[in-house]
Amino acid sequence: MRLELCRVLQQCRRGVLLDLGNSGVHSLELPGCLLYTRCGTVPHLTHHTLSTLKHLPAATQLTLDSLGEHQEVLEEFQEGVRRFAGLNDTLLFCSLHDSAVHHPPGYTTNKTVSVWGSGGRMELTVAQYMALQKAIRPNWYQSMADGETRQLNPARKRVCKAVDRTLSHLDECLSLHFKTEELSGAEIFGVVEGGDVSEERVRSARETAKRPVGGFVLDGFHTAAMSQELRSQLITAVVKELPENKPRILLGVGHPEEVLACVEAGIDLFEGFFPFQVTERGCALSFSYTLDPNPERTVFERNGSEVEEIPQHRENETQENWEQMTRFEINLKDKRYQDDFRPLVVGCGCYCCRSHQRAYLHHLLMTNELLAGVLLMVHNLEHYCGFFCSLRGALESGRLDAFKRMVLHGRV
Amino acid sequence: MAASTERQPDMGAVNAGVSSTRAASSAPPLALRILAECPVSKARACDLTLPHCTVNTPVFMPVGTQGTMKGITSDQLAELGCQICLGNTYHLGMRPGPELIEKAKGLHNFMNWKNNLLTDSGGFQMVSLVALSEVTEEGVRFQSPYDGKEIMLSPEQSIAIQNSLGSDIMMQLDDVVSSTITGPRVEEAMKRSIRWLDRCIAANKNPDRQNLFAIIQGGLNAELRKACLEEMTKRDVPGFAIGGLSGGEAKDDFWRMVTLSTDYLPRTKPRYLMGVGYAVELVVCSALGCDMFDCVFPTRTARFGTALVPWGSLPLKKKQFAKDFQPIDPDCHCPTCERHTRAYLHALFKCDTAAMHHVTIHNITYQLSLMQAVRTSILEGRFPEFVRTFMRRMYPSQETYPSWAVEALASVNITLD
Ligand SMILES: [Zn+2]
Ligand SMILES: [Zn+2]
Repeated sequence: MRLELCRVLQQCRRGVLLDLGNSGVHSLELPGCLLYTRCGTVPHLTHHTLSTLKHLPAATQLTLDSLGEHQEVLEEFQEGVRRFAGLNDTLLFCSLHDSAVHHPPGYTTNKTVSVWGSGGRMELTVAQYMALQKAIRPNWYQSMADGETRQLNPARKRVCKAVDRTLSHLDECLSLHFKTEELSGAEIFGVVEGGDVSEERVRSARETAKRPVGGFVLDGFHTAAMSQELRSQLITAVVKELPENKPRILLGVGHPEEVLACVEAGIDLFEGFFPFQVTERGCALSFSYTLDPNPERTVFERNGSEVEEIPQHRENETQENWEQMTRFEINLKDKRYQDDFRPLVVGCGCYCCRSHQRAYLHHLLMTNELLAGVLLMVHNLEHYCGFFCSLRGALESGRLDAFKRMVLHGRV
Repeated sequence: MAASTERQPDMGAVNAGVSSTRAASSAPPLALRILAECPVSKARACDLTLPHCTVNTPVFMPVGTQGTMKGITSDQLAELGCQICLGNTYHLGMRPGPELIEKAKGLHNFMNWKNNLLTDSGGFQMVSLVALSEVTEEGVRFQSPYDGKEIMLSPEQSIAIQNSLGSDIMMQLDDVVSSTITGPRVEEAMKRSIRWLDRCIAANKNPDRQNLFAIIQGGLNAELRKACLEEMTKRDVPGFAIGGLSGGEAKDDFWRMVTLSTDYLPRTKPRYLMGVGYAVELVVCSALGCDMFDCVFPTRTARFGTALVPWGSLPLKKKQFAKDFQPIDPDCHCPTCERHTRAYLHALFKCDTAAMHHVTIHNITYQLSLMQAVRTSILEGRFPEFVRTFMRRMYPSQETYPSWAVEALASVNITLD
């Protein structure tokens, strides 16, 4: 694995990861996002519907939450999740938790972490954690970590303990990693913890960077945990301790505005759960992200006003929806779309927008039809991946500020 | 596209007779071309040309109740080879409603479906789904489950909705009674269905692009069925459905009513057996001379995790499949079987709806390829042998063959070894 940076602006990195995977044929453009999956499947999608997408991420994310309960099956299968789930030849990154799911706190001990599958909670020691990775056979995986500080407003002492535990888990994972033949060629990503305590963040980063890890996972920065201002400050402090030539994955952040700020703070990779969450609430991403509109992608020209309309119509939403829904999306359940025969986003080239209209999506949502999830997932994935693609273009051409204005305000 | 441009100029000897009896009325947007008839049984293979494409029969029509085939996109459905599918007038009439679909320029356009659509009359759903329904000569009166408003579905109303939907085949509103009921109500329903057929024919605004099928009623009473057949076949309709069956009646009664109906139906028009979709029923009723079938079962059972295979079915959610690393059916070439194992589907059912989509795709493929195999065997003149092979594969031994199927097949000279 080799990281080539083609443009660095303060901490903000535009680059590419080369020679990835067992065969070394993969590459990954940075900054980017991972393809979100549960049990090795992008929610709602089959291979056919997934393959209609143009900008699919080159790396797929797996989680122990959704795979843990299938350990025995995977062990008997012996060929790893890639073959088991019928996945394409994609790079696989395995993380501990599914960031789209809320986990109850209080289940992390000195020696164990917990994952939650359909069958309930499963407790893992380092040995069990590594046995699971051996059965899954990812290309990259995060080391076992005490991410408990994600959940609470923890005392400094607890934060300190999480950093210590996570470092000790990393050492144990590394020692088993190098003894496991099935994981030769795979990379461990060390996990940086430290909650909102700057000194602990720096200590965690500095110590992790001393270990033979392939890259870094920044944990505990998720949307509900802290303000973006604090998040940016902490990430800035953390990345100063990390070597330039290794990738940095941020967990728990997917909101476009936060993504932009975190890219500026030095993050390379994000999880892909955000378009899934948008899909689950019956919404479609609709924000503008195209700096150079061409005849095929006139998203911002004709759709720009959509973004500004949303705060007003959000008042009609239930309180619950209102809190979750962001201003980057439209709610297709809204009655105003009942006879709206435009595509979700005018100019979007995804299968859903090429084939269907808002009124149809509204109908599918009102009748609880399964196709609603399929079509929204296709559009939201395409839109989100297109956003990252444009972001990289903006970084290359030195137009990040214009790009930010476009995404945040719908105009350059 | 208008049917007139699609219709073959040469309908052959078969259709010549029809057009002469049709007299002054304009030709319907349908042409049936009989390609082969089984020399032993009543089975036949036809090309049924409809406004959106030609349908190869015998055909199974998947049911997409609310303008969608569950989690399958219209592109996927077309790629599976589906040439015609169903929409339900009752559901679509309620949500999103005929006005909206008209605004969307028809159901094809609304759901982006390029092939043919058949819509039912809405009457069956009303009687089976809505507790508060009352049948009078005027129509079916019921209370909307969505807003509680009282609604009258008359034959005219049913056709008006189906005209708005723009389906290629519309069904007449019929007076539906349970197939297990006997007595004067059955006769009343049959006679009323004839009167309603005439009202439906008169109400059809688009006879040039939408076909209206009559529905033969008469319960399980052979005399009433015959009377209904005699009366309805006098009408100039483009096709006939055999209705009022597949509602829990004894299988012995079921197949006798089917074969009686095909005996009296004109050879030159398509025959649609409503609500039938189990593999053995499809094969036997093809032997009895039916051309079209529909059923929610294959797609519904898929969502509950059951995959259909030539030897029965696989309940994939059962623990026995957790470590079964074969495809659902090693001989199936559907996108699901080409990529996924039973074990993976078993695991996926625990966390995502895509598992249902995979099995739905497989089950639709199973139904369509079964009918394709029936058709090919008829075309190649080896249908009876096909039936024997099918039965041997489906049942563990001859002793377990259902007796109704054995008798029905014997009635059309197909003996099982
Ligand atoms: Zn789209
Ligand atoms: Zn299959």
